[in-house]
Amino acid sequence: MTDDYIKHQYAPILPRKDEWPVVKLSKNRKAFIQQVVQESVERILHFTGQQTDLLKEELETTLYRERMRIKQNPWLVDPDDEREFWSTVKSSLLAINAENHEIDNEKKAVYVELLKSIITRYVEEIAGNFKHSHYKLTRSIATYGFSRLLNTARVKGFKSFFSNQYSLQDKIQIIGETDQLRDLASKGTIVMVPTHFSNLDSILIGWTISTLGLPPFIYGAGLNLFNIQIFAYFMNALGAYKVDRRKKNLIYLETLKAYSKEAIQFGCHSLFFPGGTRSRSGMIEARLKLGLLSTAVEAQRSNYENGIRGVDGKVFIVPVAINYHFVLEAPSLIKEHLDITGQERYYKEMDEFSPSYKISKFLVKFFTKGSDISVSIGKAMDIMGNYVDEEGNSRDRHGRVIDCMDYFMSKGKVTVDHQREEEYTKALGERIVEEFHKINRVFSSHLVAYTAFQMIQKANKKLDLFNLLKIPEEDIYLEYDAFKAKCQEVLDRLKELSEVGKVHIAPHLKMDMEEIIAHGLDNVGMYHAKRPLVRNEKGEIVTQDTSLLYFYHNRLEGYGLEKLF
Amino acid sequence: MVWKNYSKEGTVGVIGIGSFGVAVANLLAEKNPVLVYARSPEVVGEINSRHEARGRKLDERIIATNDPEMICDRCQTLFPMISSNGFQEVIALFSPFLHPYHFMIHGTKGLVLNLPEGKTLSDVNRITRENICTMSELILQETVVRRVGCLAGPNLAKELAQRQPAATVVASRFNEVILEGQRLLRSDNFQVYGNSDIIGVELSGVLKNIIAIAAGALSGLGLGENAKGLLVSRGMVELIYLGNALGGSTKSFVGLAGIGDLVTTCNSTLSRNYTVGFRLAKGEKLDSIIADMEEIAEGINTVKLIRKFLDSTDLRAPITENLYKVLFEDFKVEHALQFLMKYPFNVDIDFL
Repeated sequence: MTDDYIKHQYAPILPRKDEWPVVKLSKNRKAFIQQVVQESVERILHFTGQQTDLLKEELETTLYRERMRIKQNPWLVDPDDEREFWSTVKSSLLAINAENHEIDNEKKAVYVELLKSIITRYVEEIAGNFKHSHYKLTRSIATYGFSRLLNTARVKGFKSFFSNQYSLQDKIQIIGETDQLRDLASKGTIVMVPTHFSNLDSILIGWTISTLGLPPFIYGAGLNLFNIQIFAYFMNALGAYKVDRRKKNLIYLETLKAYSKEAIQFGCHSLFFPGGTRSRSGMIEARLKLGLLSTAVEAQRSNYENGIRGVDGKVFIVPVAINYHFVLEAPSLIKEHLDITGQERYYKEMDEFSPSYKISKFLVKFFTKGSDISVSIGKAMDIMGNYVDEEGNSRDRHGRVIDCMDYFMSKGKVTVDHQREEEYTKALGERIVEEFHKINRVFSSHLVAYTAFQMIQKANKKLDLFNLLKIPEEDIYLEYDAFKAKCQEVLDRLKELSEVGKVHIAPHLKMDMEEIIAHGLDNVGMYHAKRPLVRNEKGEIVTQDTSLLYFYHNRLEGYGLEKLF
Repeated sequence: MVWKNYSKEGTVGVIGIGSFGVAVANLLAEKNPVLVYARSPEVVGEINSRHEARGRKLDERIIATNDPEMICDRCQTLFPMISSNGFQEVIALFSPFLHPYHFMIHGTKGLVLNLPEGKTLSDVNRITRENICTMSELILQETVVRRVGCLAGPNLAKELAQRQPAATVVASRFNEVILEGQRLLRSDNFQVYGNSDIIGVELSGVLKNIIAIAAGALSGLGLGENAKGLLVSRGMVELIYLGNALGGSTKSFVGLAGIGDLVTTCNSTLSRNYTVGFRLAKGEKLDSIIADMEEIAEGINTVKLIRKFLDSTDLRAPITENLYKVLFEDFKVEHALQFLMKYPFNVDIDFL
C-alpha cells in the first residue's frame, strides 16, 4: 500500500443501475423479505430444538423486554403502532396458554405462527428502502455542496463559488488497494469492515464507495441515526438497513443476522462496523463484535453448499481504516469510556448525538478550514483472513493458491458446523484487528498527542489513570525541547514499523520535527472548545483537557510504543 | 479432487515413528489402515518388509512412505508425532501439500522458539509469549490447516504397547476434531477425553516434563515418597502459575493431561525426563546423558525456554529456576534441594 495519495477519477464499475445488487434487491424486496423471515424462523427453531417450552419462553422473554423498552427508552423513530402490536402478542400468548391444546404439535404450530409474525415485523423494520432517485440526488447534493463550500473558502476572488479547483478528494484522501477493491467488487461480494470513531464515518464511507465507482453497499446503521432527519434521508438513500441496539432479544438478533447473511448471498456488497459501535476510548478496535461478521462466514459456506464454487460466490473481506485529526464526538465518547471503565455502574444506551445544527457548523468549519481525513483501503482477504490475488484466489502465506471451500469440508463434503464457524469467525476478527493496525495511517496529531500523554503519565508514575486525569490541567506542562526529542524517538520507531509494513505514515510526517509538531498541535482536536494540546506563551506544551488528550493518544496504542517511555 | 479416490479407505496418517509414534500408529491401526511417514528409507523399508520400526513391533495394517505429498493426498487426518526440535522442519516439508480440509492432531510435548529470522536464544535478552510457540500454534502459523488438535495425557509408550488400560485427552478448539480423534483412537482399553482448551492441554504436557526431571533427581538422591509428594504438589502450583501466564486455563492443568500425566511421569522410571533427573543426581553430566539417549528428553529444552521467559515476567518459578542451574550451570542437585526447602511457600493452595 502506498502512503502517497493519488487523486484519481474512477469510472463506475457497473454503469447501469439495474445491475446494481442493491437495486435488484429492492426490486425483489417482497420475495427477499420472505426469504429472510424463513431463514430467521429456522434459526430460532434450531436454537429451541423440538422443545415447545423453550420456544414459548423465548417469546415471553422477547415480549417482556420489548414492553420494557417501549416504556423506558422510547425514541422518535419508533412506529406508532408498537404498543398495539405487542399487546396483541401478549393476548395471543395468553390465549395459547388458556386453550387446552391436546397435541403438542398443534401448540407448537401456533407458537411458530406468532414467532413468524414478530420476525416479519422485525424484518420489515430492518429492511432498507433503497431508492435510486434518492441515491442520485443525495450523492449530487453532497458532492456539489461540499465542493462549493470548499472552493469558496480556498480559492479567492469573484468566481470562487464556481471554481472546481478543489474537490472533496483533496480533503478526504482515499489511499490503499482501491484498484483491487474495484476489481473484486465486479467479481464477487465485498464485505467492507471499517474502523469506527465517529458518526460521520457512515457518510464518509458512503461517499468513498461512490467516489471509487462502486455500486452502493448496504449497511446496518444504528436506528438512533434515523432520529435526525438529515441523516435519515442520507441513510435511506445509501442503502442502509436499520439496526436497533436497544433490542437485544434473541429473536431480533437472529433476524438481523439472517438479513445480513441473505443479503450477502444475494450478492449485495455489505458494510459492517465490526467494532459494533464507535470506539469510545479512541483506540483502534481490539475486540470485534462477531455477530454480523459470522454472517459473512455463513454466507460463504452457504454459497459452497449451494454449489456456487467460483469467484462469483466468493466473499471478500476488506478492512478500512479511517483517520481523523479531529473527532467531533470525542468529548462525550471519552467521558462515556471513562465512566464505563472507571466504575462498573449501569450504563444506558443513549441517543447522545449532537443536534443537526452542530453538525452543520462542523461541516462548514471542516470545509473552510482544513483538517484532513484519510481513508485507507486494506488488502482484500477471504473469510479465513488469507489475502486474495487479483483473480480473487486465496493465497496462503507462501503464495500457494488454496481452495477456500476446503475449510468447510469434512469427509469429502461441505458440512454445516456452527461451532466450527464460530471459531473461524473469531479468527477472522483477530485478522481484521491485525490488518487495522497495519493499514492505520499515523497523522502528526496522533504523534503529538501520544507522546505528550505518555510523558505526562511517566512524570506521574504513581498515579493510576483515573487519578492522572484528575490532575488540574494548569499543573501539567512539558518542556518543549524534551517533548520534541521524545516525538522524534516515537516517530523513528514508527518509521521502523512502517518499513516492515506494520503501520503507515502520512506524507506530512516527512517534514522536519518543528513543522510536524506545529502541524500536529494545530490539528489535534482542532474544533473542540477545550483543546487537547497547545503551546503556551512560554513555549511549553500544555493541555486544556487531559481526557481529550488521552482519547487522541489512544489512537497509537497497540504498537508497543510505550516501551520508549 | 484427489481425496475422492482415497476417502473410502479412511486411511489415517502418522508423521514420525519414534516410540510414541509407534504406540499411536498401533492404536489407530486397530480401526483403520495407517500410513506412516518416516524420513529415513531404511526405516520405511523395515516397516514395509518386517512390520517393525527400529525394533518396535508394528501392526500389519501400517505401511510406510517417505513421500510427504502422498501421505497428504491419501489421508484427511494426520497425527504428527515428532520431537519439538524437528517439528518445524517437518512441518515446513509438509506445508506445500496440506489443504484446509486436513485435520492435524499432534502428540508433541514441547515448545519451539519463534524469533525473528536469524536470531537464536542466546542473541536475545528476553522473550515474551509471542516468541514461544506450542506445536498447535506452529501448525497454524506454518500451514493452511486450521482444524488442529493435540493428544496429551499419561501415555507411556511401553505400557501402551502392552495394551494396558489407559486414557488420553484430545484437545482442540473444534468439536469436530475432538470427535474425530475419539472415533479413531477409542477402544476397549483406551479411553479418550475431549477438551476445548488446547493451549492449556499442550502446556500441561510440556510443563510437567520440568517436574518430571526434578522427580527423577529426588529419586536419584535416594529420597522417599514424602519428598515426592511434596514435589508433585509444589510442582503442580508452579505448573499452574506458568501455564496461566502462557494462556492455559487452570481447569486443564488439574485434568488428565495435567495432574494425570504429572503423577505418571514423576513415578515412572520409563520416562526419559525422569531418567535425566535421576542420572544427574547420580553425578553424571548433562552432555553424557543426552549422548546416550535414543530420543530427546523434551524437558531439557523446556527448562531453557521457560527460564528465559521468566525474565520478562514478574513470576517466580523456583523449581524451574533451580533446575536450570543444575542442568546448565553445574549447580549441585543437593544445593538446589536445600534452596527449595528454604523457599517460602507459605500458602498451600492459592490458585483455585
